[in-house]
Amino acid sequence: MAISVDSPSESEDLCRKAGYTFPFLSDPHTEVIRRYDLLHQGAGVNGHDVARPAEFLIDSSGVIRWINLTDDLRVRARPEQILQAARSL
Amino acid sequence: MPDDLAANTSVKRTANWPLWSGFLLSLVAFLSYFLIFARFPVTRDVPWINFLLLALSLALLFVGLRRAFGRSDGYRGKIAGPILSVLSLAVVAFFCLSIFYFPRKLPASSQSPRVGQKAPDFALPDAHGDTVSLAALLTTSPAASQPTKGVVLVFYRGYW
Repeated sequence: MAISVDSPSESEDLCRKAGYTFPFLSDPHTEVIRRYDLLHQGAGVNGHDVARPAEFLIDSSGVIRWINLTDDLRVRARPEQILQAARSL
Repeated sequence: MPDDLAANTSVKRTANWPLWSGFLLSLVAFLSYFLIFARFPVTRDVPWINFLLLALSLALLFVGLRRAFGRSDGYRGKIAGPILSVLSLAVVAFFCLSIFYFPRKLPASSQSPRVGQKAPDFALPDAHGDTVSLAALLTTSPAASQPTKGVVLVFYRGYW
């Protein structure tokens, strides 16, 4: 599932255009983003706070098994990396 | 004197195309990263195509400058050459900042949960406005026939 500061309607647009079928959650007040210490202050349009990119793999008991905290916005986890990590579940 | 003047103006110096194509190529190299090559991981993570294009543009400018100053009787570009070269160098510098500096200005996230820790639970509205919690996703898979093996949680910057 994906989380950003986007509103539900923006997420709906994105899912429709890109064909995503997994849940897209909205965190406009950055509550969850801050709980995960992923706030990137003022980095959005007009100085809005946004989430920095981050990927977590969580097993069915709720324990984090794999994390990717990129140090470069341009370089994100690739699908095959996440799939490889998920094979260990 | 009038003869000299006549000789000077009558000799037509050739346009110095490497200067202009080098400058234009530096702009193409810069813009094509953001418009095209940033879409594909193989050309995004290491922008090798754009660095090749920028190197080619600087090589063209170098050829153009040599023509303008070394063979100035035959080629134009003594004024345009240095200006275009400085502009292209600025493009190269800004591209390097855009690749190596700005994207790395990220918060450290040192308090972020670690591997082995329990992921903090939360509940937020999804694209349809329905509340979805991590705990619920961990117990019921969207494909309800199978038990959930896990959840991939992706935080992204969003489109605002």
